[in-house]
Amino acid sequence: MTIKDIHSYLAEFDDIPGTRVFTAKRARKGYHLNQFAMSLMKPENRDAFRADESGYLAKWKLTPAQKAAVLARDYNAMLEEGGNIYFLAKLFSTDGKSFQFAAGSMTGMTQEEYAQMMINGGRSPEGVRSIREGR
Amino acid sequence: MARITAGITTSHIPAVGAAFDNGKTEEPYWKPVFAGYDWVKTFEKEQKPDVIVLVYNDHASAFDMTVIPTFAIGCAEEFEPADEGWGPRPVPVVKGHPDLAWHIAQSCILDEFDMTIINEMDVDHGLTVPMSLMFGKVDEWPVKVIPLAVNVVTYPPPSGNRCWLLGEAIARAVASFPEDLNVQIWGTGGMSHQLQSARAGLINKPWDTAFLDRLTSDPEALRAMPHIEYLREAGSEGIELVMWLIMRGALGANAKELHRFYHVPASNTAVGHIVMAPQG
Repeated sequence: MTIKDIHSYLAEFDDIPGTRVFTAKRARKGYHLNQFAMSLMKPENRDAFRADESGYLAKWKLTPAQKAAVLARDYNAMLEEGGNIYFLAKLFSTDGKSFQFAAGSMTGMTQEEYAQMMINGGRSPEGVRSIREGR
Repeated sequence: MARITAGITTSHIPAVGAAFDNGKTEEPYWKPVFAGYDWVKTFEKEQKPDVIVLVYNDHASAFDMTVIPTFAIGCAEEFEPADEGWGPRPVPVVKGHPDLAWHIAQSCILDEFDMTIINEMDVDHGLTVPMSLMFGKVDEWPVKVIPLAVNVVTYPPPSGNRCWLLGEAIARAVASFPEDLNVQIWGTGGMSHQLQSARAGLINKPWDTAFLDRLTSDPEALRAMPHIEYLREAGSEGIELVMWLIMRGALGANAKELHRFYHVPASNTAVGHIVMAPQG
């Protein structure tokens, strides 16, 4: 099956509730944010970041909104600024936090509530498949 | 001649690797997850594959945003476990099979699949967690591995049909390799999960179950499934399931299911695992 219309292909992604698909637009916006996060794979960079977060961030071509989102550990805001979760994983790993902690933090639930939701079988897709179709 | 004798898929959740490495496999939360792989451990001991073509995705470990290959084949002698931010997993170095890897790369390119050839690469949990699940704790992996990294992070990833066709091309390449080798192809990632934004935590058991069923009953429907359906039904990270279709394409039109396992949750994710064999 060949997708012939890139515009409708991309437009559909905005119809999914509570989801930011990592499109070219986001990848371009978040390039330096993601490359900053990637730099935290090296122990010496993690140490430098921990010692002086603002000073470390100043070395990267980040927008003020991106810097503020990182300093606040606001993962939804980082995604909004073009961050990708697999890159941002280097940041929450540097903080000693898990994927479950980070994912939970984006839902407005406490870590305990989120963990319990997963044990209960996770979030149902009912009602969160499509904004347009309300299903 | 080399031949593909089985196809295996599994989720490749990092928390499963962490539980495995930290001796938590007997804890009540994790025990049912690891028990789901007892069958395949015995199967692998009996089958003794020589080489695994291991389809996975790199999670911003070997590849950052500077270069984004759609299909990258690892042709090196060996691949070190990657440091993903908390130190490399304490698992053996992954040994490659450069002769077969280069043969597949060359054959696929002539078959009009423009592969990216990788001669140096660390491999992350996407590859090493499935290895731990199939072979357990070992001093040395009992097989050679050809890593095949697929971009499913930056959109658009390859279509399901393209993945299927690549699987067919890999099967043709393996069949034309003169050495007598028992080759398996693994597809990893999935099943339903979403790790980001307000919808994080999405799990869709009915959809996952139907996906597992259709690998034997209606693979043509899976080939035609557009990305938007994976995203809506299986969560933003559920798109990894397109990689399973590389495995499935390599087994040919007819394949039989030998074993399956499904469990919710492991951290944020629905664990899915299936073992299949080609059938004529």
